Amino acid sequence: MTGSEFGLALSVFLACAVEAVEALTIVLAVGGTRSWRSALTGVGAAVVVLAVLTAALGPALTSLPIGVLRVVVGGLLLIFGLQWLRKAVLRASGLKALHDEAAAFAAETAAARSAGQAKPGLDGYSFTIAFKGVLLEGLEVVFIVLTFGANQHRVGLAAIAAALAVALVVAAGVFIHAPLSRVPENTLKFGVGVMLTSFGMFWGAEGAGAHWPGSDAALLVIIPLTLLAALAMVGVLRRGTAAPTTDRSEEPVAAA
Amino acid sequence: MNRLEAAGRAVWDFVVGDDWRIAVGVILALGVTALVAGAGVAAWWILPLATLLMLAVSVWRASRPDQ
Repeated sequence: MTGSEFGLALSVFLACAVEAVEALTIVLAVGGTRSWRSALTGVGAAVVVLAVLTAALGPALTSLPIGVLRVVVGGLLLIFGLQWLRKAVLRASGLKALHDEAAAFAAETAAARSAGQAKPGLDGYSFTIAFKGVLLEGLEVVFIVLTFGANQHRVGLAAIAAALAVALVVAAGVFIHAPLSRVPENTLKFGVGVMLTSFGMFWGAEGAGAHWPGSDAALLVIIPLTLLAALAMVGVLRRGTAAPTTDRSEEPVAAA
Repeated sequence: MNRLEAAGRAVWDFVVGDDWRIAVGVILALGVTALVAGAGVAAWWILPLATLLMLAVSVWRASRPDQ
């Protein structure tokens, strides 16, 4: 495995683990409060939609000429990565509330209880919330798997890294039967933001016709420098931080 | 809002997110990189510099009390 392939696998694994933890919280809350059968049916339906999307978009992306692919995917990845990094910097500097799985679980559980009695058979609320939660979190996973995988023509490797992350999170969730609030999610999100932004810059510039000094080895400089720049911004912002605002991601899926 | 509008808004929110200026900045920076590289001048530094500036401006804007 080359260095950039390792970077691909690590980025996809971490990003997918974070998204899977968030999806697990939603499914555990709605399944445990109302109907496991309906929640798991919703999960299954969302997984089918995500698989169809991956199967449809994967070959379309990989059939693009490499220059076009890199500039389009690099640009999209950079926009996406900067949004992750922006939120991570704001969270780390105290300007945005840290994501808290225990709080998210409590909010989802309260929303599920207030939605009335679970219906016998297929409970529409449980199905819809689990479907929506897994689909929304899963779309980010599909986006990252396809962009990273297509760019290096290693969609299979990206998919394996994603599947491993999801399997690990699901196994942990089944084992402890509670939201994974001890996973250092905010730190992971910071790391994923750095990786997405770094790879986005690298591929975007290459796709636009620029040549990096040292070729692929440039990533070994780009990633640490991006991390240092983000940490420096956190340091500067922390000096004049006010009280953190409410994190929308802790609102229940039904309200989002 | 019809379904097409809703789908368009969902895609916009998904890709562009909270700060549309970042998306515009990335597209502009990629364009400048292509122009400079096309002229045969080293252009690898443009995107990292633009990225750093965009992130700094975006978090600075978000940190202002009126945001």
